Amino acid sequence: MSAKPFLKIDHVDKVFPLGGGKEYVALRDVKLDIRQNEIVSIIGHSGCGKSTILNLIAGLDTISNGTILLEDKHILSPGPERAVVFQNHSLLPWLSVYQNIEMAVRKVLGEDLSPSEIREHVMKYISMVNLDHAKDKYPGEISGGMKQRVGIARALSIQPKVLLMDEPFGALDSLTRANLQDHLMRIQMQTGNTVIIITHDVDEAVLLSDRVVMMTNGPEATIGEILEVNLPRPRNRLELQHNPEYLRCREAIIEFLYSKFAKEDE
Amino acid sequence: MISKYINPVLLPLLLLGVIIAIWSYIAVLIPGFPTPGEVWNELLIVLSDPLYDNGAGDQGIALQLGNSLARVFGGFALAIAVGVPMGLLIGMSKNAYAAMNPYIQILKPVSPLAWLPLALFVFKEVNTTAIFVIFVTSIWPIIINTALGVRSVSEDYLNVARVLQLSPFEKVFQIILPVAVPFIFTGMRLSLGIAWLVIVAAEMLTGGVGIGFWIWDEYNNLNYSHIIIGIILIGVIGYILDALMGLIADFFDYRKRGLK
Repeated sequence: MSAKPFLKIDHVDKVFPLGGGKEYVALRDVKLDIRQNEIVSIIGHSGCGKSTILNLIAGLDTISNGTILLEDKHILSPGPERAVVFQNHSLLPWLSVYQNIEMAVRKVLGEDLSPSEIREHVMKYISMVNLDHAKDKYPGEISGGMKQRVGIARALSIQPKVLLMDEPFGALDSLTRANLQDHLMRIQMQTGNTVIIITHDVDEAVLLSDRVVMMTNGPEATIGEILEVNLPRPRNRLELQHNPEYLRCREAIIEFLYSKFAKEDE
Repeated sequence: MISKYINPVLLPLLLLGVIIAIWSYIAVLIPGFPTPGEVWNELLIVLSDPLYDNGAGDQGIALQLGNSLARVFGGFALAIAVGVPMGLLIGMSKNAYAAMNPYIQILKPVSPLAWLPLALFVFKEVNTTAIFVIFVTSIWPIIINTALGVRSVSEDYLNVARVLQLSPFEKVFQIILPVAVPFIFTGMRLSLGIAWLVIVAAEMLTGGVGIGFWIWDEYNNLNYSHIIIGIILIGVIGYILDALMGLIADFFDYRKRGLK
């Protein structure tokens, strides 16, 4: 590992006040270093605070104790260098696919680009997710998978240092989900983005990640284990089906989630 | 299939027959009550010269209605100019909401006509008074619906704004207003409807000119046919105003521009 981590999560706690002097400790002493160009997924049962970690990195929520540093800079508020792909895509329904991306590009890169360069830039990212044919459609007119592709294109178009994905494919059917996972891996190979994915899907975690971070259950959730996935890229889900390393990783996560930190349905 | 097209025309016409029958019977019961036929003849006379102007107190029906409409639109426009920014402020700032909400809740149920004597004392002039009364009528639904629209902006859209670091100005115009505009227009439509109700009563009190004054004046002239004509014309114009506001509201509603 290089001397200086790209993104450093250092002894972070997150406490939510509950009113009446009570409080809920969601995260306790979370430590994680993330390298540049790495894909890391964070997996855990619901309520383990995995989305809270993402919100802290995004700056959408405030850290109670500890620090998060991106390239040695403290994260205190949201910013376009940490783009977020929201679970429910969060596209603006009154703007077309093109306009949704254009709005982000104009705001973040607008000062450096001429109008024709903005257009070119937006189209590049629309093409990256294969949505040229739908660029003038509105979010209400396209499928859930397409919307999420637009969400990814919008997040990547502002050229973030880190791409944060909060259960990005959770609301999609499994065929669409597989398709988007392939899109994401292909795009990440092209762009070399650093990606953090929140997921509760074991196969998704192994397939996509260089490392899988496993969370213990809340309250006071923290990182239980970190698993290195030593599979070469590009990865092909068919070939991985019987790959011993893939199976090893899968077993390790299932062991962690369903044996060591099993959670009863409440 | 045929009934689908005929019923909307035929059934109201049948009912009109019943209404005219009841009306005629009332006219028999109450001596001097205008019959449908008399009102129809008077209506033709009134509409034949709508623009005559014999000076104060004696003007054609179009001038009366035009004056009322001008006051309604004046007060309504003022209410939009003040109410929309106030609604945005209340919707976006919890403190502004906390500060203003008690006064809005107390003033909202006050009949706008209660303000009329005070306005008359302050402005000492009928036209400004009427416009002010309409302003007070219109402003509450506009403020309340604008604030409601702002508060209905989803947290997700606001998070998008935060990640992109939109300025407050950009946030209002690019995120909040597109969501809030349909709500604002709902408020405006409500306001305009109530304003059209209130102007009639206001003009009965202020006198001079306007459809409310005209109806009261015809009562004093014992011209009951004209009162019924006034009622019908007020209804027709109110209906047209509401339909127009509905069309404008739909035009600005992104959910109704061919996208679902």
